[in-house]
Amino acid sequence: MARPDSSYLLELLNRSSDEILRDWTANQFRNPRLRPELLRESELRDQSSTFLESLRTAISNIEQRQGDLTNILLQEWNETKQLLETISRSRSQKGFTPSETAGLIFSLKQSLFSRIRAELRESPDQLYQEISQANAVLDMLALFTTEVFQRSREQIIARQQEEMLELSTPVVKLWDRILALPMIGTLDSARTQVVMESLLQKIVETGSEVAIIDITGVPTVDTLVAQHLLKTVSAARLMGADCIISGIRPQIAQTMVHLAVDLSNVTTKATLADAFLVALERLGHIPEVRRREEPTPGKKPETAGFFGTQATRKIA
Amino acid sequence: MDRIPILKLGNFLLVTIQVDMYDQLAIALQDDLTSKIVQAGAKGVLIDISSLEVVDSFMGRMLANISEMTRVLDANTVVVGMRPAVAITLVELGLSLPGVQTALSVDKGMALLNAMREERPSEGLGEREPGAA
Repeated sequence: MARPDSSYLLELLNRSSDEILRDWTANQFRNPRLRPELLRESELRDQSSTFLESLRTAISNIEQRQGDLTNILLQEWNETKQLLETISRSRSQKGFTPSETAGLIFSLKQSLFSRIRAELRESPDQLYQEISQANAVLDMLALFTTEVFQRSREQIIARQQEEMLELSTPVVKLWDRILALPMIGTLDSARTQVVMESLLQKIVETGSEVAIIDITGVPTVDTLVAQHLLKTVSAARLMGADCIISGIRPQIAQTMVHLAVDLSNVTTKATLADAFLVALERLGHIPEVRRREEPTPGKKPETAGFFGTQATRKIA
Repeated sequence: MDRIPILKLGNFLLVTIQVDMYDQLAIALQDDLTSKIVQAGAKGVLIDISSLEVVDSFMGRMLANISEMTRVLDANTVVVGMRPAVAITLVELGLSLPGVQTALSVDKGMALLNAMREERPSEGLGEREPGAA
């Protein structure tokens, strides 16, 4: 198949790039999906004219070399690609959608094609050929912007993941021989491994006997997460430290029971404060708190009596 | 053949593992320890594994076995000073050693042994507090 001739397209761009640009920008401003709050008019006009200019240069260079216009890997396209990359990246950061970003290039079709049609009205064969070639070139460039858009989004996601890993595992010393590990975010195997290692290391360094694992910030607990938690607890126990799990939200308590996760060997508390109190008592930092008989409406007198007898037994 | 020394400290026995364990050594330790408990009438065994860097499932099972054997001989076992890496390995191997008491250091292990002894009245008939019911 003969190489499609791009001399007409080049000549058209040379001859009437000003009119095309005017038409094109006017088109873009008419577009109801233009987002004036995200992009200034002058900026858009600038981008359009630079793109058109670089498109013209690229086509002219490729034409000289008799290359294939629709091959995006040609080095003649590099400049245009760089330009599109900059535009696409800045748009993805500003919050445009990918279709809006590609729309920049698609909107050029309309003005370009109507001009080609006006000029080649007499020869439908050439009209078809020129339009399909221009179409192929612009499609390729628009797809490229989408690709860049996606890539820059992925970079953002990867960066955020790294940041999350960095801030995810602080082990805090609460008191003499008491550590706390506030867990935040979803737990997967990789993260749990990091968490477990840093907790155990800290237990050795500080000689702590109680570690409180607070899971207030863990959104969901499934069997895998529960298993990870139990592993951490067993490892800490093997080293001679007790673990208390705190911050179990009502829904999570329900899920754990429904999943038949066996937490019977682990001390669990609803809040970090409760767990801290238990830890202080266990280490003898404070005498066992004699629980006040709170006048809570639902509380039965037997319960108060139970606490009362316990306190008496401790004294005796 | 190497032997792991077993030291007598009052009513307790102190075993410090300072070399890499191999299976033969572990079996010899089981033999020595059980006979020493009977011979000395020890009420507690403290196993310090703070120098142990490598464990396998055999070592894990041996710790569980020793603990069970001493319990049968009416003594308590406390394993102290396990390293984080060792603890993680054992848990990953599925050996969470439920019957084994643990402590962070020899000091705390001793305290734990003493506390366990006081909790069991049959062992401390003479030391019983007069006021206790």
